[in-house]
Amino acid sequence: MTGGVTSSLGEPNPIAIAGFFVFIALSLGITYLAARRTRDAEHFYAAGRSVTGFQNGLALAGDYMSAASFLGIAGLVALSGFDGLIYSIGFLVGWPVVMFLIAEPLRNLGRYTFADVVAFRLRQKPVRVAGAMGSLAVVAFYLIAQMVGAGNLIRLLFGLSYDFAVAVVGVVMLTYVLFGGMIATTWVQIVKAVLLLLGAFLLAVLALVPFDFNPLMLFEAAAERYGGGVLAPGGLVSDPVDAVSLGLALMLGTAGLPHILMRFYTVPDARTARSSVSYATAFIGIFYLLTFVLGFGAMVIVGQDAIRGVDAGGNMAALLLAEASGGAGFLGFISAVAFATILAVVAGLTLAGAATLSHDLWVNVARSGEVSQREQLQVARVSSALLGVLAIVLGILFEGQNVAYMVGLAFAIAASANFPALLLSVFWRAFTTRAAYLSMLTGTGTSLLLIYLSPAIQVDILGNAAAVFPLRNPGIVSIPLAFLVAIVAALAWPEPGAARGFDEVERRVHLGAADPV
Amino acid sequence: MAASDDLKHLDAARWRMAVGLTATMMALYFGFILLVAFGKPLLGTLLGPGLSLGMLLGALVIVAAWVLIWIYVRWANTHYDRAVAALRGRS
Repeated sequence: MTGGVTSSLGEPNPIAIAGFFVFIALSLGITYLAARRTRDAEHFYAAGRSVTGFQNGLALAGDYMSAASFLGIAGLVALSGFDGLIYSIGFLVGWPVVMFLIAEPLRNLGRYTFADVVAFRLRQKPVRVAGAMGSLAVVAFYLIAQMVGAGNLIRLLFGLSYDFAVAVVGVVMLTYVLFGGMIATTWVQIVKAVLLLLGAFLLAVLALVPFDFNPLMLFEAAAERYGGGVLAPGGLVSDPVDAVSLGLALMLGTAGLPHILMRFYTVPDARTARSSVSYATAFIGIFYLLTFVLGFGAMVIVGQDAIRGVDAGGNMAALLLAEASGGAGFLGFISAVAFATILAVVAGLTLAGAATLSHDLWVNVARSGEVSQREQLQVARVSSALLGVLAIVLGILFEGQNVAYMVGLAFAIAASANFPALLLSVFWRAFTTRAAYLSMLTGTGTSLLLIYLSPAIQVDILGNAAAVFPLRNPGIVSIPLAFLVAIVAALAWPEPGAARGFDEVERRVHLGAADPV
Repeated sequence: MAASDDLKHLDAARWRMAVGLTATMMALYFGFILLVAFGKPLLGTLLGPGLSLGMLLGALVIVAAWVLIWIYVRWANTHYDRAVAALRGRS
């Protein structure tokens, strides 16, 4: 390895490979059991609505704690200290928003996708087509981030070629989704969440051994070695407007991520949806606090130069720390956990994308809702297969992209395209079909356009001297614009039928569908 | 008719709670971000060995998210669920 670090990263690690196969065998076992229970669309998309609050909390946390945040944030903390905390907090504060505004109404109004809720009292086709564009854009960006991360990680860990690694991830996760649907995806997610929390906890404990298990002594050691600057805000937030823009996208984007929203349909009722967010927020918060300790542990125990020597972005910090404090065996365990993490998140994304393609576009737009159970399930599986292939292709095409940045963009699109329409549809009587689709198209279009015009594409990738749009994250423009378009359109073109339908929305938000009134 | 008035009351109460808590969370989080942007030296103040004001406030934002969720769940599990059950029973 460069930088004079002794690390076995890049050489085949027997424990990592064994752990990797144990996880695959375990998850295929789950898939086999789940496949026998996956009889109809209700099972394929929503696990038969039989998941408990605690299980769903773990599954939500599993969907959210991607390898990008485990490796990326630990790396960011290891290289810049305090600044990494800013990201962690941004990812966490989206959950209260999901809890207060979205989770329960979503569970009570929809069946499989968030567009069910938006389209509830509006004209189905235009709303679902516009909703699908936003959802698919989010899923595509998020998939790119995960696949690129997976390819790099596996190449580093096992010495496999990048393309082969991406293909392996695509094929394995597609097996879960195709045969086991949401039941398998949920259980894979739960197993992975437990492994990841356990792995992060053990790693943090090991890293704290030399510091009498006192994180403050670790932070103090970091400040002694790298200066007090590591405990203070540094260069990450150099432009306040950009910082607020990213903050808005992270905070509101969580409530617009299709694969997260879809999980609320797997529980039996709104009360369980509520308890699942409590569990998820607790797990995710603990995870990010642990990540903060891991980052500082890597900074002190491994050293910043050594971390940069292996990967300039710092993405391997957590793994180097695992090796430095627990030996090659522990590195193998943490590597297998990171691999499991990627597989599970990619499976969740693929299922959410497939629900959009089949339930929104095929069943409700192309066939106007007149579809047999058998056909629904077939179309869902074909859509999953298409998305699986797409994931592999995207992963290979976008090799070398910055993983954390792509995730940030997925959040910006989710916050602009999906969140405003979803919120207004359950909140505002005067909301209309036209307002919904114009808002979703504006949110998707503006965020994509501004991303293209941003310095990250114009300067960093295309090599232009300056960018037309100065911010790296479009949220501060695209989110308010999507709200504004919705409000103006609804006031300019009222839709009396949609307003009348709001009485039923209001009743369902609180009383749910099961109520016979 | 009375049931529909009760539903309106419940609806108003739920959204008041939801919007109030969301606004609190946003104020805390963006307050923190603005401090990070404009108060860098302040946040770098050491409160003790190894602990800066910024790190303490950052951890407190996470704790605040937990506390706000706890407040909501407590309210929903008692007041809100009871009101929903009463509405269901009557209509």
